[in-house]
Amino acid sequence: MTTTQAPTAPSVAPSARPATVRGGARTLAVTSGKGGVGKTFVSANLAAALAARGQKVLVLDADLGLANLDVVLNLHPKLTLHDVFTGKATLEQAILPAPGGFSVLLAGSGMVEYSRLTPEVRDKLLHIVETLKPRFDWIVLDTGAGISDVVLFSVSMASDVLVVATPEPTSLTDAYATIKVLATQQDRRHVGLLVNQANRVGEGKLICGQLQQVLARFVGAVPGHSFKLELLGEVKSDPSVRQAVLKRQLVLEHYPGSDAAQAIKALANKLLGDSGR
Amino acid sequence: MQLLQQAGALLPESEPYSTEWLQGVVDALCDLSSKDALTGLVNRRSFEMALSREVDRVARSGEPALLLTLDIDHFKAVNDTYGHLAGDMVIQAVAKAVSQAVRPMDTVARVGGEEFAIILPNCATSFGITVAERVRECVSELKVEVAPGQVLAVTVSLGGAFAPQWVRSSSLLWMERSDRQLYRAKAEGRNQACLEPQIDSLVSAEEKGMLFAVTQQDSE
Repeated sequence: MTTTQAPTAPSVAPSARPATVRGGARTLAVTSGKGGVGKTFVSANLAAALAARGQKVLVLDADLGLANLDVVLNLHPKLTLHDVFTGKATLEQAILPAPGGFSVLLAGSGMVEYSRLTPEVRDKLLHIVETLKPRFDWIVLDTGAGISDVVLFSVSMASDVLVVATPEPTSLTDAYATIKVLATQQDRRHVGLLVNQANRVGEGKLICGQLQQVLARFVGAVPGHSFKLELLGEVKSDPSVRQAVLKRQLVLEHYPGSDAAQAIKALANKLLGDSGR
Repeated sequence: MQLLQQAGALLPESEPYSTEWLQGVVDALCDLSSKDALTGLVNRRSFEMALSREVDRVARSGEPALLLTLDIDHFKAVNDTYGHLAGDMVIQAVAKAVSQAVRPMDTVARVGGEEFAIILPNCATSFGITVAERVRECVSELKVEVAPGQVLAVTVSLGGAFAPQWVRSSSLLWMERSDRQLYRAKAEGRNQACLEPQIDSLVSAEEKGMLFAVTQQDSE
């Protein structure tokens, strides 16, 4: 009689999150559901704001299929995550300094072949995050768009989640879908929300309340399942953001006085303020 | 030995009590203990082992796997009206039809009186309902002759659920989820297949309505 060989994957309880990395840096996944709502913009500028507060920050481009952190930051990397995956470079070689005083690990264009979550990709990503955690205060995982298994797995590695949404109906729907999956499949009890491109002050609060209400009805209906969506920031539509994005610069560096820069700083303060959670 | 003979097991031809002979007896016994006597399908014990193996495999590989549970509709009536022998013939016919409707790599088991379960490894989520419907159709086309001139039509209700990918769930939980869909199929009138809704249709019209009700009001 042969018995089942225990697989090496860590075992978790039903409906619990997959293997979560423990100890070291706080890990924040930035995700959105819909693409083009400013995930990478938020990741990069937030990293700069955290760095300005004396934090050691790494942004990992977890958008393996359509990486664009390099575009946002105007970097032309010779070595990327792809080279680490294929063994052509060490992690140390692939971690680059970015403008804004933080470090980046870029995915690189060759990553399309890794955009499907195979056991190999899963183990490699987990290993990389685990290796880097003791060396940083913050690891920001800039995920891809959608709710694919790679996105969900990237988020599952993070201790904190920030969902970026705009007031657009499609963005709201996708943000809602993402939050719902995280609450039900990954057993998340807390998700942060950043409303980007808000049309006026207070819109973020309104949208957060709206999402929370629908979540309470359709997710919180599960007995004993408390879930909190917390508004962590609101970035108003700001011409300086458009300027910075076009010039491939950080708003925080080039338009430090703008509303958007202030909003991102406030987000960083909020994240640092409740770091004891 | 008598038990094995009775069960129709292939008995070893080698010298009695030799190593090969003993191995042959052990193999025949293992085979006997893992199969259902009436249908020759995998029995409940063996099915539970296969199911937890599949849970492990899905957690490791991330490949989608489907579990279908099915139940013969109004089976009690068959037993009561035509007798247990006829009931057994119906069960055997359904077992055969189900086995022929799925791939050789799938595990078809008889898990209770008129209950069956199928484990379908590496089954794409988009094909789930197609497979379940094929099984249902194959059974509904059956004409079981329980006595000369007495032909019975038979239908099944099916429930199905995919194992959560990348997450080590439990086989018990998986069974429960699939069974819940089976109850739904029964409640919705039998002779149908119900699968657990997938993530794709995540946001219902009702949720969307509620999501936009206030934002639209507000922007006016």
